[in-house]
Amino acid sequence: MIMLTPRSNEKLIRYIAAVSTFISLILSLAVFFGYDQSVKGMQFVEYVPWIKDLGVSFALGVDGISIPLLLLTNLIGFSAVYASWHTEERVQEFFSLLLLLIAGVMGTFLATDLFIFFLFYEVVVVPIYILVIVFGSSKRVTKEYAAMKLTIYLLIGSAFLLVGLIALFVKSQSMLGYPSMDIATLAMLQYPVEFQVFVFVLMTLGFGTLLSMFPFHAWSPDGYAGAPTAVSMIHAGVLKKIGGYGLIRVGIFILPAGAKMIAPIIAILAIANVVYAAFVTLNQKDLKYIVGYSSVSHMGYVLIGIAALNLISLNGAVMMMFAHGVMAALFFAMIGNLYHKSHTRNVADFGGLAHQMPRLATGLMLAGLASLGLPGLVNFIGEFTIFVGAFSEYKVLTVIAVSGIVLTAVYILRTLGDVLFGPRKEEWDHLQDLRGVEMVPLVVLGLAIIIGGVLPFTVMDLINGGVGQLLASTNLVQLGGSF
Amino acid sequence: MFDLFSGSWIIAALPFAAFALIGLFLHRWPRAAATTSILAIALSALWSILIAIQVFTAAPGQVFTAAVRWLEMPGLRVDMGVLIDPLSAVMLLVVTIVALLVQIYSLGYMEGDPGVSSYFAYQSIFAGSMLGLVLSSNFGQLFVFWELVGLCSYLLIGFWFGRDSAKEAAKKAFITNRVGDFGFLLGILALAVLFGNLDYQQLSIRLEDYHNLAVLLPIALLLFAGPVGKSAQFPLHVWLPDAMEGPTPVSALIHAATMVAAGVYLLARAFFIFSAVPQAMYFIAAAGGFTALFAASIALVQIDIKRILAYSTLSQLGYMVMAMGIGAMTAGMFHLMTHAFFKSLLFLGAGSVIHALHGEQDIWKMGHLSEKMPVTTWTFVIGALALAGIPPLSGFWSKDEILLGAFSSGHLFLYALGSLVAFMTAFYMFRLIFVAFFGSGTEGRHAHESPPVMTGPLLILAVLSVVAGFAGSPLTGNVFGHYINAPGAAHHEMNIAIMAVSSLLAVGGILLAWLIYQKGIISHQELRQRFSSIYEILYHKYYIDELYARLVAVFIDGSARVLEWVDLKIVNGLVNGLAGFTGWSGKQLSYTENGQVQTYALYVFTGAVVILVGAVLAVYYTVLA
Repeated sequence: MIMLTPRSNEKLIRYIAAVSTFISLILSLAVFFGYDQSVKGMQFVEYVPWIKDLGVSFALGVDGISIPLLLLTNLIGFSAVYASWHTEERVQEFFSLLLLLIAGVMGTFLATDLFIFFLFYEVVVVPIYILVIVFGSSKRVTKEYAAMKLTIYLLIGSAFLLVGLIALFVKSQSMLGYPSMDIATLAMLQYPVEFQVFVFVLMTLGFGTLLSMFPFHAWSPDGYAGAPTAVSMIHAGVLKKIGGYGLIRVGIFILPAGAKMIAPIIAILAIANVVYAAFVTLNQKDLKYIVGYSSVSHMGYVLIGIAALNLISLNGAVMMMFAHGVMAALFFAMIGNLYHKSHTRNVADFGGLAHQMPRLATGLMLAGLASLGLPGLVNFIGEFTIFVGAFSEYKVLTVIAVSGIVLTAVYILRTLGDVLFGPRKEEWDHLQDLRGVEMVPLVVLGLAIIIGGVLPFTVMDLINGGVGQLLASTNLVQLGGSF
Repeated sequence: MFDLFSGSWIIAALPFAAFALIGLFLHRWPRAAATTSILAIALSALWSILIAIQVFTAAPGQVFTAAVRWLEMPGLRVDMGVLIDPLSAVMLLVVTIVALLVQIYSLGYMEGDPGVSSYFAYQSIFAGSMLGLVLSSNFGQLFVFWELVGLCSYLLIGFWFGRDSAKEAAKKAFITNRVGDFGFLLGILALAVLFGNLDYQQLSIRLEDYHNLAVLLPIALLLFAGPVGKSAQFPLHVWLPDAMEGPTPVSALIHAATMVAAGVYLLARAFFIFSAVPQAMYFIAAAGGFTALFAASIALVQIDIKRILAYSTLSQLGYMVMAMGIGAMTAGMFHLMTHAFFKSLLFLGAGSVIHALHGEQDIWKMGHLSEKMPVTTWTFVIGALALAGIPPLSGFWSKDEILLGAFSSGHLFLYALGSLVAFMTAFYMFRLIFVAFFGSGTEGRHAHESPPVMTGPLLILAVLSVVAGFAGSPLTGNVFGHYINAPGAAHHEMNIAIMAVSSLLAVGGILLAWLIYQKGIISHQELRQRFSSIYEILYHKYYIDELYARLVAVFIDGSARVLEWVDLKIVNGLVNGLAGFTGWSGKQLSYTENGQVQTYALYVFTGAVVILVGAVLAVYYTVLA
């Protein structure tokens, strides 16, 4: 739609973007509240047979796992439009690509057909690449390097996935006698264990890369640093979560025995994520790198939640994805705003900004406190649930993972202190605090962080229904009774 | 009666509501913000008093609980609830009364500060969180509020965020507490996994027939890590003295009377776990005793009025923790209550002095305050007498209960240690008084007495410091111990000898301070010179801060640098290497593109064969294998 609007009319373009994401947000809220928790399972289903020979159908639907992530996408998408309100060059292209990106991400969360899932996932890569390379910023790395690195990692990841999916397709066709790409149908089959392990390894490589699993995380900090604000928000906020979502929805659901075998390895890598990335964060000087590495560290929590393979830990993992999404998006929105005004992201350049920009300081504090897992904010719910779930499976590893809460506190409070507190620096007196539309990301994402943290059952009951359903319909024997 | 109890969540909710109101609407009007905040805490205080009356007129042992579902899934349940028994009733009373008085006092102390609205907003959220903590019915809820009071402490220590020292102190407080909470959270996780439940009452029932000490010991020690951080026990004590960077009323409320006592409250609340593991109890007693002595020794030589009080707080918290460790739960809680009154009195008195002297905190520069500030001086002296343990002031009764507990249960070493600390306490407090209030420093000459809004709370707290002790005094039948006690705890008969010894020690400490700092019969300069190495060690707080700073720099920041190098050069380097290789091989391969159709045909053919063979193999293995 934006492509049809005259180029010159930048204002109109912005409004269309705002209105369309707003409508999406309202619709996803409607889904959130309209989902019938007593029935569970897939609801709001759309089904159109598409490619009969391959068993592909354009099938969409939502359950307790995808709704929070769908809502997350729209919360962030809506905020991202406002966070990039002041984009001045190539407005038309920027917003059309942004909307395409958001639509692609939403599609992956909605798809109940494996082929459609993969298709949407590939749709995402193109706008990301263009957005970074055209609208990005070059600091420690050039934006071209960042875009290239990001895209190559994503493509290599998806190559692994593709091989896995084809193997799955061929195998299931021979077992079923007819082609099918429907995830639920695929999940009903009992594949040989070796086959499950083989495909699950491929998926771990693919989805793990996307989730910035150690040692495949290197794209993430550079990619965020190079990307424009809105892309960082969507990327760190939701795109990454496709990895975790895929591991649960496709990996564990279809290949429970494979998951069971590979889980201990994922758990160990997850710990590497948590601790190693936290240490690396401690030594970062650029705000975006700090959030970038910190997000790698926090994905470790999601991974160990997935690796523990029980209801509590998976609930926690999904909650954590939602929580980390809103938190990281708020962080990037605030940093982007600051960078737009000050043209630097170097921590050492700042100091005492709370004097000049109290609202921005509130936003950064809120994101920071959420990030360090302060109770009352949504991330705590995810972390706590993951820890409880993981502790019953991996004692030592969980203890190490919990130490992440100390390291996170160290780097977050150091950063916030050095940026916001301390004596007033006159060189920043010209900076304007957040005002008007700039407040939208703070209000929308801030509300999500607080409501999710104060009233966790609003989201958790939904997730619990979804994960419970998913685990109940996978083969319990294969999971080895880890419930 | 039950309406009063089932609505008790409102006690905590009122300050939260005040916080929200101020944050959203009233931050432009400092006066309205302050009024809202004070009104909320006053209502909470009133409610708490009504509840306390009900609880302490009913028969002992009655408990009221209620809860709503907060986070629930199969195998994990965390409620938000209230648990009202004599223990929480006392805490409610202490917290709301001290918070109310401190907030009123702050009207005077913070007047004219540009951040008054935020100040009262933080005060409100603190009060709400602290009351939520006190009312908690389970460990999960406790942890939520436990962290929230930590946040308030962070915000209020760093209230004057323009100062680098305040910024650093706030950060240090939060991170040091996080280290303790790391252990605490692990303990809670272990309980959750082991029993699938975090509710105090249900856990205490489950523990009655669970005797696996090999499991309970680590859990008890991990849980104890929480109080070590929050109640600033050695080795995590370093944050509390630095926390004095916050406004003085904050120090009085959070860092003397209430929040730092939360650790002790937790020990009492979860006493059923700790007392089940004797080894853990020894450890707790030892940690508390050591902290009491260690901090008292530092307090002997400090020159900053707030820091002396801060080390005194550390020492007294150590006393309470020691009481818990020797099983004297009643005495520990009793001391918590009396200490809350007289220590907040002392801090507010110090604040009154600092306010009058425009920020001067060095006791040697003060002097002559007794002439200019009579109310502050005499209430301060009452507080110090109570702290020193002079009969019949409140501190005497509670300290005596602890010493009696130690003596009667056979912990003679801890009894001796406690007595020594009592002597040191009397000495350093009166060193402070003789130097600052009666000394010859010059700044004090220009002081003026603080306004009634500040001296009023001082007077009320002075009265409480005098009389609060009678609640647990053997003279009045020890009502306190009648209601608050551990099941099966031995009741120790009053022991006149112990009372006499502790009183004499206290008087001796005061006398020694008088001889040195008032009469000058013993020259303190000479003492300092003769024991200069000891003096230096004590003055520099055993160099522990320096040690920690070095450890953090070497281990934390050192590994951060090493790992960043690894990330950039090895993990990332591998990727760039791969990219380089791809580029290089691309260039090599481009030589094969020589334009000859035959060559291309060969490639196509070879490629087709490879794909075909690959496909056949793949199908063979996946389908037939």
